[in-house]
Amino acid sequence: MFRFSRKHLCIPYAVFLILFVIAPLLVVIYYAFTNGQGEFTLNNFANFFTDSNTIGTLLYSMFIALITTAICLFIAYPVAYILARSNFKKKSVLLILFIVPMWINFTLRITAVKEILTFLEGNLAYYPFLNTIIGMTYDFLPFMILPLYTTLEKIDNKLIEASYDLGANPATTFVKVTLPLSLPGIISGVTMVFLPVMTNYVVLDMLYNSTYIMGSLIGSYFNAYDWNNGSIISIILLAIIFVVTIITNRLGNGSEESRGAVL
Amino acid sequence: MKNNKRTENIIELYNIKKMYGDVTAVEDFNLKVKRGDFITFLGPSGCGKTTTLRMIAGFELPTEGHITLDGEDISKLPPYERPINTVFQRYALFPHLNIYDNIAFGLKLKTVDVTYQNDKGETITRKEKLSKKEIEEKVKRALEIVDLEGFEKRSIDTLSGGQQQRIAIARAIVNEPEILLLDEPLGALDLKMRKEMQIELKSMHEKLGITFIYVTHDQEEALTMSDKIVVMSDGMIQQIGTPEEIYNEPENAFVADFIGESNILNGKVAGKKKVRFCNHIFDCVDDFPIGTRVDVVVRPEDVIMKPKGQGMLDVLVDSVVFKGIHYEITVLSGDIEIVIQSIKNAVVGDTIGIEIEPDGIHLIENNVTTNEFDGVITKNNTVEFGDGEYECDVTQLYHNSTLDEDGYLIKSDGEKIDLAGVEVSVSVPLFNAIEMSDDPDKGGATGNIISLIYKGDHYQYIVRTENEFDYILDDEDLWNENDFVSLIIPKDKIKLTLK
Repeated sequence: MFRFSRKHLCIPYAVFLILFVIAPLLVVIYYAFTNGQGEFTLNNFANFFTDSNTIGTLLYSMFIALITTAICLFIAYPVAYILARSNFKKKSVLLILFIVPMWINFTLRITAVKEILTFLEGNLAYYPFLNTIIGMTYDFLPFMILPLYTTLEKIDNKLIEASYDLGANPATTFVKVTLPLSLPGIISGVTMVFLPVMTNYVVLDMLYNSTYIMGSLIGSYFNAYDWNNGSIISIILLAIIFVVTIITNRLGNGSEESRGAVL
Repeated sequence: MKNNKRTENIIELYNIKKMYGDVTAVEDFNLKVKRGDFITFLGPSGCGKTTTLRMIAGFELPTEGHITLDGEDISKLPPYERPINTVFQRYALFPHLNIYDNIAFGLKLKTVDVTYQNDKGETITRKEKLSKKEIEEKVKRALEIVDLEGFEKRSIDTLSGGQQQRIAIARAIVNEPEILLLDEPLGALDLKMRKEMQIELKSMHEKLGITFIYVTHDQEEALTMSDKIVVMSDGMIQQIGTPEEIYNEPENAFVADFIGESNILNGKVAGKKKVRFCNHIFDCVDDFPIGTRVDVVVRPEDVIMKPKGQGMLDVLVDSVVFKGIHYEITVLSGDIEIVIQSIKNAVVGDTIGIEIEPDGIHLIENNVTTNEFDGVITKNNTVEFGDGEYECDVTQLYHNSTLDEDGYLIKSDGEKIDLAGVEVSVSVPLFNAIEMSDDPDKGGATGNIISLIYKGDHYQYIVRTENEFDYILDDEDLWNENDFVSLIIPKDKIKLTLK
């Protein structure tokens, strides 16, 4: 006798989860720790850390991600602050302007950037690194603005007044009250920019930067049917992301709010 | 900062006015606060009490007028430069700091003048921050004052509402402000906690010796704690006085109605220290010329019940409610309701006598019997005044005049005049004249009820229109404050005179 109960509602998702998340993950883990003959090995792992090329790519990716994140934060914080804390009447319009790029097709956006940069620089090949940073920043800026805006907007104005009341001028108030209270938003924004940038090789491809980042490295192994080395990089990236997430969550006092500070 | 020119009044407010766009929040506010006093701003929500407090704190700047502290004008100083600290309504503790850092927040920013001698023997005065040890000691002492010793390391979300309130107080008083502002600080606490905190705040005030300015809408709280109460309504001061003065000698019907419970009845002065109401002449202590119309204020506890025939007048017991320490008995004298509080019981339906001692009767002069407006006659021979247009009888402007079919007025001597644009004085009586309707299109002007006072057998309402014209009217039906109504005035109730 089949009795329908509420828990059966999750069957479609469970099927999806098993087919497209758990199974591929198991396959990736399998390949990561086996060699071409299907025997268990840790060689792939060792290869990664002994090959100066892969390490170089890892550092290069991190460097790009770091710079992009810093620039995004630098641009996004003032904007989010003004949007959230001022009485500016048209602020919803401004916010939409910053969000709209997220709704436009990625390829279209990056092509537009490409055209603009070609027009400005003459030839994209002159400044591949700069172009990559510009492309990445343009692409990921909204992901920094949104969480910052949501946390800044939530800060109770009474706290700002309390700080003034206790003798702190606007600058001190910003450093001692606003900034610490917006930390969850900063962490959320950083996580949402830093990690995707490390693997987003499409931007590099489109802007003719031929240097590899982590995403392109995986792609190149897979294109050469080297499933094992490609998989181990994915696993290592996964581990890095995992560690970074834990660290950032600790920084934000483990406040779960930070996760929710996304649209 | 010990000031050597210690004035008697610590803070003085002169002609303070605050506008938000077109809306007046506070108007004509004048107040002198004596050093060390416990002052309470009391009034219903939206009366401007919090706005005034925020102007003292520096969060809002007055549109007009100025504020002096120790004789110096501080109207334009930002809040962080005023030696004033605030306890906020919802505490506003910093969630990212623990209790120690919350309380030490102000101390860490503070600089004091330190005088010492250098190697050359010169005396040097420098601004220095407080040392860590000094701060620690001050925080510890503040925590002792609010009875939360040893709470330094705890995070604020582990505290109950009452404890958070104490921390908020500690955070303010630790800075040794000249004035402590408290914005409905007990509003979020339950009744029992509130009573306890009232007593503690009062004793804290005595111990610290600093001036407290307290904002509340709770009249009992104000009476319990204050040296002086400022009763506010509608952005204006209604009365300033000690709790006893406010309670026993309210200056107007609003104050009488707002502070404590009271019977407010229409009366007329009938002789020297005699007043007539409820069809009886009572002795009283206030002296007004004979014939003066007055609001008679009688506190429910001042009405004494007597057996039938033995009081000053006989009344019918209409309802009895047991309230714990007393019974609340409503009696009817004709149509007029009188509320009595007594520890004695009464039986509904019985006739009893009542007596009121002369000092239980307080008279407030109230000669307002008509609404007066400036009006203009329109080309349709209607009259425009007080944000509305009304039908009226324009022939009353000239004796024995008539209207011709074109709308021109024909005077008794045959002269024909066009009244359009003529300015007139309009007078409309309070009672049986203006009617309220909840259909905004039905009457002339529309507005909100800003005040209602029960007067025994009817309510007196004040309706304020968009451009702040006030209509006063009596109505037997109960409407609510802030109701949006339109005002209907019958043609024959509008008295016009040429200006």
